[in-house]
Amino acid sequence: MTQHTPLHAAHLRLGGKLVDFAGWDMPLHYGSQVEEHHQVRRDAGMFDVSHMLTIDLEGGGAPDLLRRLLANDIGKLTAPGRALYSCMLNPQGGVIDDLIVYFFRPDFYRLVVNAGTAEKDLGWIEQHAGGVAVKPRRDLAMIAVQGPNARAKTWAALPAAQAASAELKPFQAAMLPALFAPETRNASYMLARTGYTGEDGFELTLPAEHAETAWNALLAAGVKPAGLGARDTLRLEAGMALYGQDMDEHTSPLEAGLGWTVALDAGRDFIGKQALTARPVDKQSLGLLLIDKGVLRAHQKIHTARGEGEITSGTFSPTLNRSIALARLPVGVVVGDTVEVEIRDKRLKAAVVKPPFARNGKILIQDV
Amino acid sequence: MNTPANLKYARSHEWARLDADGLVTVGISDHAQEALGDIVFLELPQVGRKLSAGEECAVVESVKAASDIYAPLAGEVAAVNQAAVDAPESVNQDAYAAWLFKLKPDNAADLDALLDAGAYAKLAAEA
Repeated sequence: MTQHTPLHAAHLRLGGKLVDFAGWDMPLHYGSQVEEHHQVRRDAGMFDVSHMLTIDLEGGGAPDLLRRLLANDIGKLTAPGRALYSCMLNPQGGVIDDLIVYFFRPDFYRLVVNAGTAEKDLGWIEQHAGGVAVKPRRDLAMIAVQGPNARAKTWAALPAAQAASAELKPFQAAMLPALFAPETRNASYMLARTGYTGEDGFELTLPAEHAETAWNALLAAGVKPAGLGARDTLRLEAGMALYGQDMDEHTSPLEAGLGWTVALDAGRDFIGKQALTARPVDKQSLGLLLIDKGVLRAHQKIHTARGEGEITSGTFSPTLNRSIALARLPVGVVVGDTVEVEIRDKRLKAAVVKPPFARNGKILIQDV
Repeated sequence: MNTPANLKYARSHEWARLDADGLVTVGISDHAQEALGDIVFLELPQVGRKLSAGEECAVVESVKAASDIYAPLAGEVAAVNQAAVDAPESVNQDAYAAWLFKLKPDNAADLDALLDAGAYAKLAAEA
């Protein structure tokens, strides 16, 4: 039995092709994944991401808990509303999940975690929580509005949100006044200038019972619905890792292209740190651009002068109009190398490139 | 769902049509293109390759996934549709115009073993 988000009926009405994603019945697309992709790169699209779980951490011990649980350093969150991307590691240095943490008060932080790992994450956090209250917010829905016109169209749809969010910089969030009546007991609206597409935009968190009202207001303002298919091609073009594909509990973030999110500075111990520093890094994550014709897919084998590698995420890129991938490659392979990818009975040539491939409507890698 | 009555269909979602020149034209059904989504790459068999019925002989890749195409009947590949290779999205636009390959059938009567439009429409509706 799959779970339904508060927008399930809206997806059906819009002709969404629904598929099981991490136990949730979610829209893959509403007609054409490629058109939805272009809509986000060129204008504004919206995704129902209510399957992701918001977890509030409340109590004076929250900062210490997060300093211990997260590989990135919440010390970087120097003002209320700031957000940070981080991995949460196991003692072996593998990735339990990747998440965004929002800081509002020293006794109030908010996490947003992946749907497929939510229960595992909750268990892990509770195990370490001590006196911190761990509150899964299953009463909330989330809509990601993304694209160059996303902010303007969000404000057109939800004028009451504008004042509190007009000055937000990327990776900043604001709690909003209640947008819709009747006000619910747990009225909680948050607008964050974050996303998973490589475009500007917002992620709107709001009470589940108001999700459809907000969704319809955004539709009326010209924001088109986009499914998880476009979300995947957009994030891959943007060079963003997907949990379960580009990294998992057996992958070090240092080998998954996430070294920039790991704060290894002295003076802070976090779960997994010791294993990370002890383990030699012999793999790296880089991008591939297919030179021959075909489509790169996850798990295809790569032959390089330094040994074998594997594609972790691959697809056809609508923006580049050719196939791209994220790949785990032996250390020593460098940007500019040509490698061979095994696809069925052939070996196709691909160029090693540095992601991202595309962001903010622009192609960011050189043609080969 | 569009299933022209003048075509025969395989359970694996290919269509086949016996032409006046004795060749059998093969493509994928409208139901198949819709299920695959945006098609971005076609890999077609070499002209001259001999195929047995049900043999894997081509690949249709959409943004979402790669899907194998099977020979609906035995024969030799007589032609492939280069225009479709150059514009894979044409299969989404009209799966019955954008054929994939033509077979010189070993025995044109093998077509009788395939599904007619009514039976295929029923199968596709249940899928």
